[in-house]
Amino acid sequence: MSSTLVLLPDQATARIPKVNYLTKENGILSWLLTGDHKRIAMLYLVSITFFFFIGGALAGLIRLELLTPQADLMANDTYNKVFSMHGIIMIFLFLVPSVPATIGNFVIPIMVGAKDLALPKINLLSWYLYVAGGCLVLWTMMNGGVDTGWTFTTPLSTHYLNTNVLSTGIAVFIAGFSSIFTGLNFIVTIHKMRAPGMTWFRLPLFVWSNYAASILMVLGTPVLAITLVLVALERTMGIGVFDPTKGGDPLLFQHLFWFYSHPAVYIMILPGMGVISEVISTFSRKRVFGYTAVAFSSVAIAVFGFFVWEHHMFIMGVSNYSTLVFSLLTMLVAVPSAIKIFNWTFTLYKGSITFETPMLYAFGFMGLFTIGGLTGVFLGSTGTDIHLTETYFIVAHFHFVMVGGMLMAFLSGIHFWWPKMTGRMYPEKISQLAALITFIGFNLTFFPQFILGTLGMPRRYASYPPEFQILNVFSTAGATVLGVGYLLPILYLTWSLKYGEIAGNNPWQATGLEWQTQSPPLTENFVETPIMDHEAYDYEWLEKQMAKEVTSVG
Amino acid sequence: MSDSPAIIHDAPEADAHRAHPAWQRHHFETVEQQADTTNFAMWLFLLTEIMFFGGLFTAYLIFRNWYYPAFVAGSHQLNIWWGTANTGVLIVSSFTMAMGVWCAETRKKNGLVLCLILTFILGLGFLGIKTIEYSEKIEKHHVPGFHYSLQSFLDPASDPKIYKEYHDKPLGRDMAVHTELYFSLYFAMTGMHALHMIIGIAILSVMIFRARAGAYTTGHVTFVENFGLYWHFVDIVWIFLFPLLYLISRHANP
Amino acid sequence: MSHISPILWQFLIKWLTNFQLYPPEASKIAPQMDALYFFMVLVSLVGLTIVILLITSFSILYSRNRHPVAVQIEGSTLLEATWTIIPLGLFLIMFVWGSLLYFRIYTPPANAMNIYVVGKQWMWKAEHPGGQHEINSLHVPTGRAVQLTLISQDVFHSFSIPAFRVKREAIPGRYTSVWFEATTPGTYHLFCTQYCGTNHSAMIGDIVVLTPDDFKKWLDSSTSGMSLAQNGERLFASLSCNACHNGRPDSRGPSLANVYGSKLALAGGGTATADEAYLRESILNPSQHVTEGYAPIMPTYQGQISEDGVISLVEYIKNLNSNYRVEQTLNTTDLLPEGAPSPGKAAPAAAPAATPGGKGMVKP
Repeated sequence: MSSTLVLLPDQATARIPKVNYLTKENGILSWLLTGDHKRIAMLYLVSITFFFFIGGALAGLIRLELLTPQADLMANDTYNKVFSMHGIIMIFLFLVPSVPATIGNFVIPIMVGAKDLALPKINLLSWYLYVAGGCLVLWTMMNGGVDTGWTFTTPLSTHYLNTNVLSTGIAVFIAGFSSIFTGLNFIVTIHKMRAPGMTWFRLPLFVWSNYAASILMVLGTPVLAITLVLVALERTMGIGVFDPTKGGDPLLFQHLFWFYSHPAVYIMILPGMGVISEVISTFSRKRVFGYTAVAFSSVAIAVFGFFVWEHHMFIMGVSNYSTLVFSLLTMLVAVPSAIKIFNWTFTLYKGSITFETPMLYAFGFMGLFTIGGLTGVFLGSTGTDIHLTETYFIVAHFHFVMVGGMLMAFLSGIHFWWPKMTGRMYPEKISQLAALITFIGFNLTFFPQFILGTLGMPRRYASYPPEFQILNVFSTAGATVLGVGYLLPILYLTWSLKYGEIAGNNPWQATGLEWQTQSPPLTENFVETPIMDHEAYDYEWLEKQMAKEVTSVG
Repeated sequence: MSDSPAIIHDAPEADAHRAHPAWQRHHFETVEQQADTTNFAMWLFLLTEIMFFGGLFTAYLIFRNWYYPAFVAGSHQLNIWWGTANTGVLIVSSFTMAMGVWCAETRKKNGLVLCLILTFILGLGFLGIKTIEYSEKIEKHHVPGFHYSLQSFLDPASDPKIYKEYHDKPLGRDMAVHTELYFSLYFAMTGMHALHMIIGIAILSVMIFRARAGAYTTGHVTFVENFGLYWHFVDIVWIFLFPLLYLISRHANP
Repeated sequence: MSHISPILWQFLIKWLTNFQLYPPEASKIAPQMDALYFFMVLVSLVGLTIVILLITSFSILYSRNRHPVAVQIEGSTLLEATWTIIPLGLFLIMFVWGSLLYFRIYTPPANAMNIYVVGKQWMWKAEHPGGQHEINSLHVPTGRAVQLTLISQDVFHSFSIPAFRVKREAIPGRYTSVWFEATTPGTYHLFCTQYCGTNHSAMIGDIVVLTPDDFKKWLDSSTSGMSLAQNGERLFASLSCNACHNGRPDSRGPSLANVYGSKLALAGGGTATADEAYLRESILNPSQHVTEGYAPIMPTYQGQISEDGVISLVEYIKNLNSNYRVEQTLNTTDLLPEGAPSPGKAAPAAAPAATPGGKGMVKP
């Protein structure tokens, strides 16, 4: 028995289907004015990759500066701009749209059995808003950048900086509406456009995760929008809502900002968790263990996620008793994530496991997200938070969950659905190597930062006491390795567009409606509306289906 | 939850392109699904708008709690009659809008056009009254950040019309400066509301032309219905703004 | 060893000899916090090990070569309950333990020695009650509870002493406080940990912990003249606070002797405890903090006094236990405007507008 489950058509005779969403129409306008969710997903893929590499270059600059204890590579102001733009680009222009706008846009309509998302024009508008926000960020960078940190803390951002706070605020505002419309589209599609027989509990868990994330997008992002409006008014007209000399309260900004920005982190991670559900199931040939628990835990994370925002403010002079409430709720929101990790682990039990690249990334996710999530508990407990907050412990924590977690899940998903999106397989050996390099580079980069944080090294520092240098050198060394790990996929995935093996409909022998269609799919996804008559992850149904196909071929 | 439509398809060999009204988009199975879906989408969008305004309402309630005398004094500066007039205008415009939706549903083209025009005019009327109110504020230097003046609050008697009605006590200077906060929130909340009105009126003007061409009275009513929802929402936001800004301190003393 | 370059070797030696995983424990609360921290590390290690062991063993035992046919399992309520309840239980232990620590760190004892810290871009100013001022450093004795009352003059800053395991935000517009008791003499890092602009990374300093004797020597050698309370007394007179707050039976403002820490009945109902925050607020926003029985005529001093000045006044009022010297300063300045009606406790309801420079201010 081979140790891979990949089943490709005979490469000598296989061809990419002549009519698919990529070949249906030609010309740039057919792309820029498309309503096809798959083309929009590809547009997003190109744009977010572009911004990812800009954000990554900024990260490289940060790590270069931090090689030495002195602030000798760039002026303090420049360093402040570098880390601010790194955060803003990575969060708003990469992580938030990554899985939903690329993979989700592509796959969710097919997964529910629809021909497109509910509102295709709004989908296209989402992309244009994203591009507009992104362009404004680029303009800001060229105009001198902004140095507020991604958190726009008042009164620094409203009264004490003369950089491009306004244009950045507007850019994030616009990108926020991109996110709101994507989430709105998903919720409406999942509610109203499921195929006959597709009940809620027959939906793939990827859909559940994106549904939960969409609720957060739709309800949380508008609060960020109005907060940015207030910051803009404060900065331009001095209205005083955040200014203590006028009776305003800078802590009000903190509450309003974190009311969105905490659900934002769940917006970022939940779709990634959805990818992991799909990948672990496919590469163990098994239904996800405890489907209902995993589905409900996604919704639980979304609901609880709205009620924990003050844990970003424990040391800011809030009422001690309020910290009791928010610390308790933070502990509660950690539990559903733990449930998911164990459910995925037990999906492996008595499965039939292979280790293709998506699975390797999924394993990386599980280990790294466990560490990241557990260190979140360190921070949710108020006593330890006093010592660890605002240090590199926080930086390490969120990079573990966002990069070790979310980015790995994104790469896992890209590799998993690559054959569906392009009709071609990526080269397996080099991609497994890239996954390994990424994993090693990641740990080397970010694990020393936990120690740095415990030792007390503050975040957002361009210079630091010399005794912290060694750990910083390790971290920078790891960043170099990590950079290689992220560059390789760009190279081989682009290579695969022309030279990759023809994938066929279902190279992974996966369940899910998307794998029953051709690769790449037709513009309308289905020739006729499918009727869902089996449960999600029904591998027995799949076996029967494939047996039928084999016997029906001449 | 099973709100997916129950459609049984014919065998694959049947006519692949079933007959459907011209306005049905191809990713929908039926016009009913299309109408249901877009309606749900509009409700969801309005929910995001509630969250959007929510931040301003939160700020207003917190600061009113902290600086009660300043907020009472600031509220006394608003003209209750213009505010009531605006409330009346908006409620009537919601009525004309609802009548417009009924006309579209019952395919009365001329009725629809009339209702849309009336709604449009009432919307403009609202904005006109708002302009009058805003210009009063500008005259009295009650616009935050633009030569804001504390005169009316340090010496209420200097404002005879309002003093006659309320007989407010003068505020200490440290409390008087908080009236700027009141007006900041007043302009932010009513300004954001007015912006939504302007967007609505702009869409209305396009709708009037399309209604005259008969676009909404051939059975495709979803655009009018969904716009009606938006218009009612903007009305409801004002129903919250009016008591919170104008009415709440009518009988209070700073 | 000749294979390893000398630079790399030095690097390695430096690392191995200076290696630490956590900062020195120099305060009473530090070992308590470390205990919780190491408990969390232990739980995390155990949890991570369990997950990794499970994943690894399942991957080996059930790889496709060894286990070609997967067995479809729906789930197990018992397992779900187990891995819900056990993590929840552990997290709740951490919640309770951490909250106890948090309350301990942010509830200063009554007998703590108070030092004021003002943060501004980009330096820390510490003000001892005896008048010693420090910039970017803080001298404290061992064996004594020390409370820091923090405020910022501009943006958010955060006063962090990793060796003590304490940190507190310095916010513009209100006081925050934290306390500690140092245990080990030495010099430790002081960091600003809330991003505050250009020189955020330069807003660092030293916490110098001295034995009580050495601390006393340091206090004596570095006094810069007036203590905070003395400076406050000077301000109290020069800003003419004594015109109204002088303890006479007919004064326009309440007596401030022994007012610190007392419970006040406020005009308009309600009570308030006169702590530092209340005193500061009464100076800057007096109309919201009027004591019962008095008219709201106190002008605001917002914009006329710096945070340092407010701190001096607060310190002065804290230590004020009689109006004797207040009386004395009254007699040496001519403060009451000619022709003013004899001051009564409750002025008539329609008091004239309180413009700045109204009655009670020193004539130029």
